[in-house]
Amino acid sequence: MNLISVAHLTTVFDKPNGPVTAVDDVSFEIREGETLGLVGESGCGKSVTALALMGLIQPPGRIAGGSILFKSRDLLKLSEPEMRKVRGAEISLIFQEPMTALNPVFTIGDQIAETLAVHKRATRREAIGVAVELLDKVRIPDARTRVRDYPHQLSGGMRQRVLIAMALACRPSLVIADEPTTALDVTIQAQILDLLRDMKASFSLSLLLITHDLGVVAETADRVAVMYAGRIVEQGPVRTIFHQPQHPYTRGLLASMPGGAPGRRLRAIDGNVPTLGELPPGCAFHPRCPERFEPCTLEPPLDYPAGPDHTAKCYLHAPR
Amino acid sequence: MPLVEVSNLVKHFVRNAGLFRRGTRVTAVDDVSFTIEQGETFGLVGESGSGKTTTGRCLLRLIEPTSGDVRFRGQNVLALSPSELRAARRGMQIVFQDPYSSLNPRMRARHIVEEPLVIHRLGTRTERHDRVAELFGLVGLDPTHLDRYPHEFSGGQRQRIGLARALALTPSFVILDEPVSALDVSVQAQIVNLLMDLQERLSLTYLFIAHDLRLVEHICSRIAVMYLGRIVELGTSAALFAAPQHPYTRALLSSIPVADPDAPRHRITLDPTSFSRDAQLRRVAEGHWAAV
Repeated sequence: MNLISVAHLTTVFDKPNGPVTAVDDVSFEIREGETLGLVGESGCGKSVTALALMGLIQPPGRIAGGSILFKSRDLLKLSEPEMRKVRGAEISLIFQEPMTALNPVFTIGDQIAETLAVHKRATRREAIGVAVELLDKVRIPDARTRVRDYPHQLSGGMRQRVLIAMALACRPSLVIADEPTTALDVTIQAQILDLLRDMKASFSLSLLLITHDLGVVAETADRVAVMYAGRIVEQGPVRTIFHQPQHPYTRGLLASMPGGAPGRRLRAIDGNVPTLGELPPGCAFHPRCPERFEPCTLEPPLDYPAGPDHTAKCYLHAPR
Repeated sequence: MPLVEVSNLVKHFVRNAGLFRRGTRVTAVDDVSFTIEQGETFGLVGESGSGKTTTGRCLLRLIEPTSGDVRFRGQNVLALSPSELRAARRGMQIVFQDPYSSLNPRMRARHIVEEPLVIHRLGTRTERHDRVAELFGLVGLDPTHLDRYPHEFSGGQRQRIGLARALALTPSFVILDEPVSALDVSVQAQIVNLLMDLQERLSLTYLFIAHDLRLVEHICSRIAVMYLGRIVELGTSAALFAAPQHPYTRALLSSIPVADPDAPRHRITLDPTSFSRDAQLRRVAEGHWAAV
């Protein structure tokens, strides 16, 4: 069953020179217990999508259309007090920067306790006990002492564990992790990914994992959505996306990764990522696409079926 | 003779020192030795805080090493006077990680690339002008963009400007400090290919500092792995990836996420008690050393 269904979500930023569409008609579902990997490069709209799901789009940004059905309620129709009950409790967010996401003047125990108290999951007195339990679950050694530590006393990996503990505090059913390992070293990244996988099982969560790292997606996701210039250009099961990618952008990304005979030239994608607000007409990828043909430059393509549970926004798959 | 010879390089930093406080000594680079042969790409890998960037900067004396020996074409770099050092730097250059902060935002691209020529008093104005245009072409930039400012370029293009600046003095040795890690995935391969092309055309020698092990494996002939300021393993890329000997190298290689959902995963967690920090590098096979 779908835990969350996002349909035609569009987010616009009102800039002095006119509106810029950051998220353009994005639709996806996350099933119960599933991890959806949302992959894309900087500026493709993946983080804005996460903020939209959390109801955290701030002016000059606004949601211009679409719906976000979560447990049969449209989150976009909720009032702010109603949304506040969802945010952090039923849907929680793990930020990218473990260095800045924690408040430096409170102990980590107090910060976890606050989450619990705000959502009335525990009294202040009980909350510290729950915080110790949570820190223990995310495998922070000696949690009973560590709960009184300030963020600066912890390493980057440990801080990310604290953020995960905080995200899990109210037992949410959906956790959004926005580049949870980007700021970390590769050995620590491996530990955090393993931890997320274990937490997903033991807390029966669904996970939306946002990243630019195809390796991280391959290791963690069940299904994958690839974003480019504000649109989801391909979506499908992880094995299909990696073994039979259908959109030229996905294919290009996978082909450009280092591999093959040492010293051989890599298969680079030509050109640059377009700037939002200056997108080319038609398919935004067409200036860089080796397979473009006439329709690509005219109208943006729709989602065409490319296989079971698999769509690609590419005229190569349009029914003729 | 190797192009670059580093022996027993040490760098201490003093932390938290104040007017009346001694501070604590941190050893960022701890007795590091390696050689780089003419024409090769030597990889220096390690995680943040391993000392790889400090090592690179010590080679150019952008950071003054505490002790040790650095030889470039047999010449002792650490013994050079400031004016001799300036002359020697024509042969050795660096490209920085972040193309957003390593270019002066108030200078036009043309002047950024020209600056090394001005500092070294090379050529007349016209000659410099022509040289800058030539460099622009060499790194694949559009010569009509010479008068633009850094913010008008994308990340990949800015890194090309940084590269053009490094190549202005026709160096033979270039230190590449994480040259692609700040770039978008789809642009990284372009810059990597450019680096390989330039190496061939200009017979450059590279010291490639990076944390992306897949990339290092792809472009480096030999690799040194740093951990807490020391080289714990050094060998040809093939040997190091096929048969890593040091527990840290093994943990590091097993942590690389593979872009294949069906790839077998055998994660090895580093047990810091499983090896001695003070172990010396010893030869484990032909051209392969490990501190085990």
